[in-house]
Amino acid sequence: MAWSLATNPRWEWGVVAQWFTAQSIVNGLVETLKLTAIAGVLGFVLGFVLALMRLSASPLLVSVSWTFSWIFRSTPLLVQMLLWYNLGYLYEKISLGIPFTDVRFFEAQTTTLISQFAAAVLGLTLNQAAYSAEIIRGGILSVDQGQLEAAAALGIPAWRRSTRIVLPQAMRAILPTAFNEIIGLVKGTSIVYVLAYSELFYTVQVIYNRTQQVLPLLLVATLWYVVITSVLSVFQYYIERHYSKGAVRTLPLTPLQRARKYLSLHAPANRTPKEGTR
Amino acid sequence: MTTALEAAPPVTRGLIEITDVRKSFGPVEVLKGISLTVEPGGVAVIVGPSGSGKSTLLRTINHLEKVDGGYIAIDGQLVGYEVRGQRLHELREKDILRQRTEVGMVFQNFNLFPHLTALENVIEAPIVAQRRSKADARARGLELLDRVGLKDRAGAYPRQLSGGQQQRVAIARALALDPKILLFDEPTSALDPELVNEVLDVIRELATSGTTLVIVTHEMGFARDVADTVVFMDQGQIVEHGTPQQIFTSPREERTRSFFSKVIEPAFNI
Repeated sequence: MAWSLATNPRWEWGVVAQWFTAQSIVNGLVETLKLTAIAGVLGFVLGFVLALMRLSASPLLVSVSWTFSWIFRSTPLLVQMLLWYNLGYLYEKISLGIPFTDVRFFEAQTTTLISQFAAAVLGLTLNQAAYSAEIIRGGILSVDQGQLEAAAALGIPAWRRSTRIVLPQAMRAILPTAFNEIIGLVKGTSIVYVLAYSELFYTVQVIYNRTQQVLPLLLVATLWYVVITSVLSVFQYYIERHYSKGAVRTLPLTPLQRARKYLSLHAPANRTPKEGTR
Repeated sequence: MTTALEAAPPVTRGLIEITDVRKSFGPVEVLKGISLTVEPGGVAVIVGPSGSGKSTLLRTINHLEKVDGGYIAIDGQLVGYEVRGQRLHELREKDILRQRTEVGMVFQNFNLFPHLTALENVIEAPIVAQRRSKADARARGLELLDRVGLKDRAGAYPRQLSGGQQQRVAIARALALDPKILLFDEPTSALDPELVNEVLDVIRELATSGTTLVIVTHEMGFARDVADTVVFMDQGQIVEHGTPQQIFTSPREERTRSFFSKVIEPAFNI
């Protein structure tokens, strides 16, 4: 298969190379990264708050968090996205004021307020928050109850207990799944093509509709997704390594350290003194 | 209800008064009206069969467990509650946390924070709960690690330490808040037999320091050595309490006698 990838002329690698770093593709790539970063960060922050709400003692907070996750997990992202974008059709104006009076602090046309970008960010973020809330909750639940008890017995305040004691330990369980989510999100951003938002995938579509070079351009998008995912995987390795501090007796070597060790063991300069008698 | 305390240097803080404390988990009543006084600087050792409510009683003293009836006071101050009008109201979280800084606790499973080094474990609470400066807390933390014989392991993570070393770090962590009272919940039960003594030695040293100690343990020889009051509990009640001499050699109650005949080996010389 690898052979046919390289030799089959219909892949048109020349076209791929020509478009790979084209300005429009790079612009689309930047938009994709922007959406991923914003939706990823906001989604996980909101998810963290939702997870804490779900684990709190207050029935009100628990039910709000549960309902949020229920709604956003049980409706297709595509529908959510289109609903946000077409909110102006349902509600013409959005205003902030005191109910049942004429006092308005803020009022705007929905259509001007919710651009393609805003609809995309809203849709991706809220959806991401619903899923990450569950991932974070799972991580928190995996931490031994004795940890919380010890922290409480030491008089450490609740917020500090969550952020300093529980979360760093929960990270070990959260990270692998969280990176799954982020990587899913990178590719998931392609769904905003329905809003005609010019991220990577939409840009590619526009180009191949014009030039009819469908496969090579899909290949361009695919390669970029592979690049982003690979970079993220490297990050994942180092971040997981950071949070394994204390969980393993000795940290695994980084690839760089491993390479150095290999070189120093096999370098000819080091081999001779071992045999020499001093 | 008073404990005979031999002439000791005058200790004025750390009086524990437990009055008719009741606690249920669902339909099971685990504490059926417990009353006990531990004098300032005293060492009370609670013994008894599993499920007798020893650990639960210990956990009510720092309000890790709420009580359903009765009350506990430390130096005359109610633990976890305040009197408003004619009724008891639970304190706000902030005040509960402040009270807990006066009572240190050491757990059966150590419960050290595995992602923090030994020293970081010890200085976390003084910095956060008592707002001490980091330099101050570190100096004091190293001093405490030195006291439990682990100064050279300050930078080690808990999993790099043996069980006995971990429990000694946990004791240093509890001491870091300068508590009036230290609670030990079966501190040696999770340890290999050859590691038990290094922990008991540290506790033995604390027994003479003027801090009030309440210890739940199955180590009868240690109890006899270190306690000035031995409390025997069974089925949520205090069956009897008294000096080690009295409880171990001439218990009044049949239940006490039959318990000790099972846990103390015949060769054990009292």
